[in-house]
Amino acid sequence: MTELISIFVGMALINNFILVKFLGLCPFFGVSKKLSSAVSMGAAVTFVMFIASTATWVITEYILIPFEVEFMKIVIYILVIASLVQIIELFVIRTNYALYNAFGIYLALITTNCAVMGITLLNAQQSYSFPESIVAALGAGIGFTLVLAIMSGIRERLEMSDSPKSMKGLPIAFITAMLLGLAFSGFGGMI
Amino acid sequence: MASFSKEFSKGITISNPIFILALGLCPALAISYSLDNALGMSAAVIFVLLGSNIIISAARRIVPNIMRIPTFIVIIATFVTIVTLVFQAYVPNLYQSLGIFLPLIVVNCIILGRAEAFASKNPVISSIADALGIGLGFALALIVISLLREFLGTGGISISLFEQLFNAGSLSFTLPAFSEHPLAIFVLSPGAFLVIGLLMALFRWIGQKKND
Repeated sequence: MTELISIFVGMALINNFILVKFLGLCPFFGVSKKLSSAVSMGAAVTFVMFIASTATWVITEYILIPFEVEFMKIVIYILVIASLVQIIELFVIRTNYALYNAFGIYLALITTNCAVMGITLLNAQQSYSFPESIVAALGAGIGFTLVLAIMSGIRERLEMSDSPKSMKGLPIAFITAMLLGLAFSGFGGMI
Repeated sequence: MASFSKEFSKGITISNPIFILALGLCPALAISYSLDNALGMSAAVIFVLLGSNIIISAARRIVPNIMRIPTFIVIIATFVTIVTLVFQAYVPNLYQSLGIFLPLIVVNCIILGRAEAFASKNPVISSIADALGIGLGFALALIVISLLREFLGTGGISISLFEQLFNAGSLSFTLPAFSEHPLAIFVLSPGAFLVIGLLMALFRWIGQKKND
């Protein structure tokens, strides 16, 4: 149990996906202008990470390893993630249209998100067991959502602040991310 | 030939993937703490970009429109697998330090972006020019970032990549006084954000000066 808790905290705070591992930077800079869209994006990424980790764990354990075709994992994983996202999208459209309106556009963006591909590759690299990879996926997703939400709060205020002309927009967002990263490196001594 | 050089040079300057378009940022930030990593990553990205652009543009009339994205992804993933296996066999140290960012080239937006926006609509020759231009633009950006980060963060620059490959001597140089007290923040993760943010602002500032 302590093992699982340390994986969770490690993924969410200490090795935060955005600030330390640099995974999922496109949504971090693209979707972090409003708090509501940041939280929706984070929730969608967490959900897809969870589903994708489950599916790739089963495929790795019961297909790739027994048949010794682990070198195929890049091709297999990207196809699995892309088709899973499509299936989830179709399912959500048919069952709950209000939910689709809230999350739909984010789902389409997630297919080529390196955070989702990253968590499946990390799980395979660390050869995590099934519960470990699920906890790692949830931790990574929650850490991702947390940083996205914090950043969107800061950026809503940055819009109104008076930054130099050539720093407006992305450059100042990068500098903000640096300060946020410094703050998060304080979690380093937790475990 | 004129169009070849036009497609080639636009990737380095006006549509530089990192500084202007802000694409493919994840690897640019994550592995740019040393020059070795930057060179290896650039070589891998240029190879994948070139290979996938050639195949996609050669097959552009055969691939049905609705199956386009999945086909592109499989082609790109194949080239990424090749690169991963080659790196694992010939430069194992580099393979270790690039870690998951080598397989993650498959979801790099630069490559799928060029496939969709350029290679699927243009003949093979201009697709090659486009791939080389964008690839070199990415490589230059990565090299500039990693030079700054490695120099400020460790007080010196060292390249051991060629040593592994060709048994050539290693290149390195250090500033004696500075390397005793380097600014270690630059090799850590917050330093990456700082360097890219400042370089981006510099590029914009130069652009604005030219317009005035």
